[in-house]
Amino acid sequence: MSNRLINILVPVISVILGLIVGAIVMLVSGFSPVDGYAALWNGIFGDSYNIGETIRTITPYVFSGLAVAFAFRTGMFNIGVEGQLIMGWLAAAYVGQAFELPTGIHAVVAILAAAVAGGLWAFIPGILKAKLQVHEVIVTIMMNYIALHTANAAISAISGGKEKTDKIHDSASLSSEWLASLTQFSRLHWGFVIAILAVIIMWFILEKTALGYELKSVGFNKNASEYAGMNVSRNIVLAMVISGMFAGVGGAMEALGTFGNMMKLNAATGIGFDGIAVALLGANQPFGVLLGAILFGALKNGGLNMPNAAGIPTEIVSIVIALIIFFVASGYLIRLFLERASKKKGVQKVKGDK
Amino acid sequence: MEYVIEMLGIRKEFGDFVANDNITLQLAKGEIHALLGENGAGKSTLMNVLFGLYQPEAGTIKVRGEEVKISDPNKANDLGIGMVHQHFMLVENFTVTENIILGSEPTKFGTINIKEAAKKVQKLSEQYGLNVDAYAKIEDISVGMQQRVEILKTLYRGADILIFDEPTASLTPQEISELIQIMKRLISEGKSIILITHKLKEIMDVSDRVTIIRKGQGIGTVTTAETSPDQLAEMMVGRQVVFKTTKTEAHPKEAILEVHQLNVKDNRGVDRVKDLNLTVRAGEIVGIAGIDGNGQSELIEAITGLRKATSGKITLKGQEITSLKPRKITESGVGHIPQDRHKHGLVLDFPIGHNIALQTYYQNPLSKGGIIDYKKIDKLAETIIEEYDVRTPSAHTPARALSGGNQQKAIIGREVNRDPDLLIAALPTRGLDVGAIEFIHRRLIEQRDKGKAVLLVSFELDEVMNVSDEIAVIHDGHIIDTVKPSETSEQQLGLLMAGHAVTKTANKVGGE
Repeated sequence: MSNRLINILVPVISVILGLIVGAIVMLVSGFSPVDGYAALWNGIFGDSYNIGETIRTITPYVFSGLAVAFAFRTGMFNIGVEGQLIMGWLAAAYVGQAFELPTGIHAVVAILAAAVAGGLWAFIPGILKAKLQVHEVIVTIMMNYIALHTANAAISAISGGKEKTDKIHDSASLSSEWLASLTQFSRLHWGFVIAILAVIIMWFILEKTALGYELKSVGFNKNASEYAGMNVSRNIVLAMVISGMFAGVGGAMEALGTFGNMMKLNAATGIGFDGIAVALLGANQPFGVLLGAILFGALKNGGLNMPNAAGIPTEIVSIVIALIIFFVASGYLIRLFLERASKKKGVQKVKGDK
Repeated sequence: MEYVIEMLGIRKEFGDFVANDNITLQLAKGEIHALLGENGAGKSTLMNVLFGLYQPEAGTIKVRGEEVKISDPNKANDLGIGMVHQHFMLVENFTVTENIILGSEPTKFGTINIKEAAKKVQKLSEQYGLNVDAYAKIEDISVGMQQRVEILKTLYRGADILIFDEPTASLTPQEISELIQIMKRLISEGKSIILITHKLKEIMDVSDRVTIIRKGQGIGTVTTAETSPDQLAEMMVGRQVVFKTTKTEAHPKEAILEVHQLNVKDNRGVDRVKDLNLTVRAGEIVGIAGIDGNGQSELIEAITGLRKATSGKITLKGQEITSLKPRKITESGVGHIPQDRHKHGLVLDFPIGHNIALQTYYQNPLSKGGIIDYKKIDKLAETIIEEYDVRTPSAHTPARALSGGNQQKAIIGREVNRDPDLLIAALPTRGLDVGAIEFIHRRLIEQRDKGKAVLLVSFELDEVMNVSDEIAVIHDGHIIDTVKPSETSEQQLGLLMAGHAVTKTANKVGGE
């Protein structure tokens, strides 16, 4: 079996297997998988409203996925995307409602503020790692909690004790009447264009710039990077900050696009954590992350339709969606199986002596 | 002749690549049989076939006259075959006994009977003259003793056929001669040994017969007593090899590197370099001879900026470079072939081409305005790959996939290509075969002849004697003597390395 064929077959088989196991779960719980999947499909592509909402749901996943992937590629585990995203959301919501700036410029300033907020939030674990060798995983996890409650407190302070911030000014909004009218007044906003730009920016930084070369080098081998004259500490901090900036802009999408404000959160949004799965689904490649986010966002949004249209409880929906993603992520196993099956036993070990 | 192992017509393929093609190796009972070949010739593959890690595509294996199929390493163990690996497989914070019983712990009511095991280990150690303390922790004992623990491990499991994979790679000269004694003792106790190596001197010293393989092909088996190093080298490489690197008299000029009263601490805060003075002039190779761990690494790291000096002064062409950043030092004209090519020399997950640009990626013309021109990097890489005979499918192959010799050639190409005024070569030929060693030595001398200063650090006396114009012997953090290769002997160097300062009057030429 040729490599190309395997590359195409793996995701296809993964999705089919996920759908089959999901169907079994629905059958066992007494629901019709046919109705369930029809509802899922309609929830994603059913009409232009659903398509609009699907794209809107995908958008923040692109950013959280990029944030995680960027850190992975540069040798860091950023588990704090959630917190960085929340801080970005807060910053954008604040700038959007507190300042008066010309249309467009206002949005840009708000997005930049979100990037700075996310970047700063990631700077703390970065500098701790670089200077004191504190493991970034524990710091970023704790920073998530701090972000959540700091943001809630800040919302109270900004709004004078209310549960949410005031709506942002129109000048900062990413919403578009044209996009809304195109999609039966879904909440689709211009954020998806920024998401695609972000994908290109990450690709450009990693594959084209000297900075990306350094970041990757430090991620792979700190000793050799130091030997080669790179500033290892600076690169560790920078890797975290850039990762956090992607996360922060993801938060701005919620502030300036979806909601137009920020409300107090009872718990984490989940977007940041799902970003880990999105990044891994996309093999930490910028364009892979885009595909991973599309799968994730589409299933999430389509799943919302399943309780209404097919009477399947949200818990079952979550299980089915998790199963599909699980099988896509375990594509490695399927690849292994295919390679075994195709009898090409040529284990691509490096030849002979070391 | 009675054979304990016969590997007949072994063929092993990896996809399209034939790693072993029709190789025959017959190990007689009670002999030391050397398996000789360049890096990548297929020695390890052959041994992995014998050890059950790979299944051969063709050929038969007989153990003590009976045809067997060795399906996995456990089967090999059962047949009495034991392997002493090049990279020791020991748990650092376990004792010797704990390491030896690992995987076959003797248990009594579910608890490990460590005393019993230790007794057995001690007895084996005495029987074979290994001199190992069964209760010592691995992290506290020398490399030589760690290797003897590996030997004990195989004996404990009842092996009577021992495979030694490059056993001398990390040993000092003294430890090597001890190992040779041990191997002879093992033979006298009825064991048989396969010795994998590419060091001709050892083969001549210990082996009874030699099987040579080249590029996966069996070239033949010869009796050691009837051959010579030259013949072996030619069989191994496939052409004539020059051992004694020919070089003209050095014509040193102005001082390039000057180290004055340098002190350096290691990571644990222990003084490693103590009031060290050293000068390397343009047009000469200064070799630093010494036993591993006498401050060589810290000295090099201090010169190249990887480690801060606690006091003292380092100048390059008269400019002070003490404790500057590595990049500043690199830019001011220092090339560095690092001691550990995997740790410092290469980013193994990068393509070999990217590695060749490791210090220059940000400079014009490879980079402009922070944007890298990967086409130019590839071009540079291809030139160096061509010029330094780096054997790789392409510049895009990950560095990890290259053999050690080719990785090293790439590093040397990269460092020499930057045309540094001072080239530091730390153990540049470690683990390489004669062909690659010859190549690297020639390159070092070439740099010298171009009027560059070369600082060579090596644990191999041959290398220091052959290549250097001046030998500085390091012991316990300072240079205890500086001698000319023509006016010293290996014995004298050995004494100096062990810290016996030789008074000038006793400094006889070639003294026994």
